[in-house]
Amino acid sequence: MERHLEHSSSRPFPFRWLLPIGVLAALVALWALVVRINNLPPYVLPSPGQVLETLVSDRVVLFQSMLVTLETTVLALLLAAAGGVALALIFASARIVEFSLFPIAVILQVTPVIAVAPLMLIYLSTDTAVLVCAWIVAFFPVLSNTTLGLNSVDPNLRDLFRLAGASRWQTLLRLKLPTALPYFLGGLRIAGGLALIGAVVGEIAAGSAGQGSGLAFRIVESAYRLNIPRLFAALLLISLAGILIYAALSLLSWLVLRRWHESELGGA
Amino acid sequence: MNDVIAEADAGTVLLSLRGVGKRFANNVTALEGLDMEVRQGEFLSLLGPSGCGKSTALRLIAGLTEPTAGRLDWNGGEATRRTTGPRSIGFVFQEPTLMPWASVFGNVHLPLKLAGIGRREAEPSIAEALEMVGLSGFRDAYPRELSGGMKMRVSIARALVTKPRLLLMDEPFAALDEITRFKLNNDLLEVWRQLGCTIVFVTHSVFESVFLSSRILVFRARPGRVSAELSIDPNQPRDEAFRTSPEYAGLCRETSLALARAMEAR
Repeated sequence: MERHLEHSSSRPFPFRWLLPIGVLAALVALWALVVRINNLPPYVLPSPGQVLETLVSDRVVLFQSMLVTLETTVLALLLAAAGGVALALIFASARIVEFSLFPIAVILQVTPVIAVAPLMLIYLSTDTAVLVCAWIVAFFPVLSNTTLGLNSVDPNLRDLFRLAGASRWQTLLRLKLPTALPYFLGGLRIAGGLALIGAVVGEIAAGSAGQGSGLAFRIVESAYRLNIPRLFAALLLISLAGILIYAALSLLSWLVLRRWHESELGGA
Repeated sequence: MNDVIAEADAGTVLLSLRGVGKRFANNVTALEGLDMEVRQGEFLSLLGPSGCGKSTALRLIAGLTEPTAGRLDWNGGEATRRTTGPRSIGFVFQEPTLMPWASVFGNVHLPLKLAGIGRREAEPSIAEALEMVGLSGFRDAYPRELSGGMKMRVSIARALVTKPRLLLMDEPFAALDEITRFKLNNDLLEVWRQLGCTIVFVTHSVFESVFLSSRILVFRARPGRVSAELSIDPNQPRDEAFRTSPEYAGLCRETSLALARAMEAR
């Protein structure tokens, strides 16, 4: 019994990553089977093969759109990171600013971005409006996590810095920022997914007005034209974009924290 | 800069607290009418039950908090406080309080780095401090890779790296197992002899205070103040033989009684 327990916990299943891939493959096979058996036309449900074909035949349009969406997302994420950290630093240095501004940040966060998007499109150019939509949703997790991190400094370490006669600047650089780093990176990972959602929402809002060329716009366009295989292909690429962003941010987090933070020490 | 003081008479008063009181914002009185002095080169233990204000007294000496009554005088006035000030006080907390993102070397470097002394220039001092606590081989390790006792050694090395004249220790070994604690007690005494600095050591362990100290102040609680003073011959060798000697047992009994009286006195 003990031996069995030890065996299962200490030796990881060698092809663990094969499991989700196997499940996914089975689902795709089931999908293909359903289309084949019911003889469904492509405008109702295209087969996986048809989606793949469309992905290849429409690659120029689709990858162009994917680049547009990714560009918006990454730019919004960078601006959210910079803005979130900057505001968190201001919050940390002056409580009064935090009390005055934090509720406004919360309002921005809890108001659904899809409801704000049409307003943005009235006042801003399409590209800017989409960017602002993505930025609004990505901004909050960075701000709130970084603020939490800056306020989580070990009080004994703070005393130690005081005893050593550290300046405000030294305390910020050598104590507060490193303490906040894991929190910031956690916020950034959430913000990455949200920025993509914000960009898609913005594009859909803008696309319904007949503009834009991102992936979400391709989805709306394909739906209008009943080009369902292309809709599926675009959807696939949005998923892929989300996975790419998440993987990139996880890699960043691992690179920065692997030497010291508990979250990146799995199996060490 | 240690030399001048080290040559001076061991009985010289380094600093004295007169009628010191500390009342916190929540109206808790941690200390009231505290009179005590710290003498040059001694190993002074503040012994008492939890909540008797001994840690607060230590923080007052460090300048981490200000008294609400009474005064704290450094021998030689303000000028000495400044030279004896921040960088020649070492402070060791109950927890190791290391920066998890920095290596052992980086953690020990900290007080010097904050004083504007770069890596290369600080290197000999850091190596020496690590040598003193027996961690020379671990300079590149990260805190998470070390045991509790080793982390505490790093913490002590960090306090020693500035060659402080006054070392303040707030129950530094309370969280360690007894074997590690004995080992660290021995090593701390060795460091004290090598550096010739003054140590103020807060503890709630009678055995630890008797083993280490040249003088013990027993605190009573609510409000905190000194209730008894015991001296132990500083020339007495402190080794494993002492730890099992009848003299040690007798001193421990005497100290325990003083502590019991302090806890009864209300």
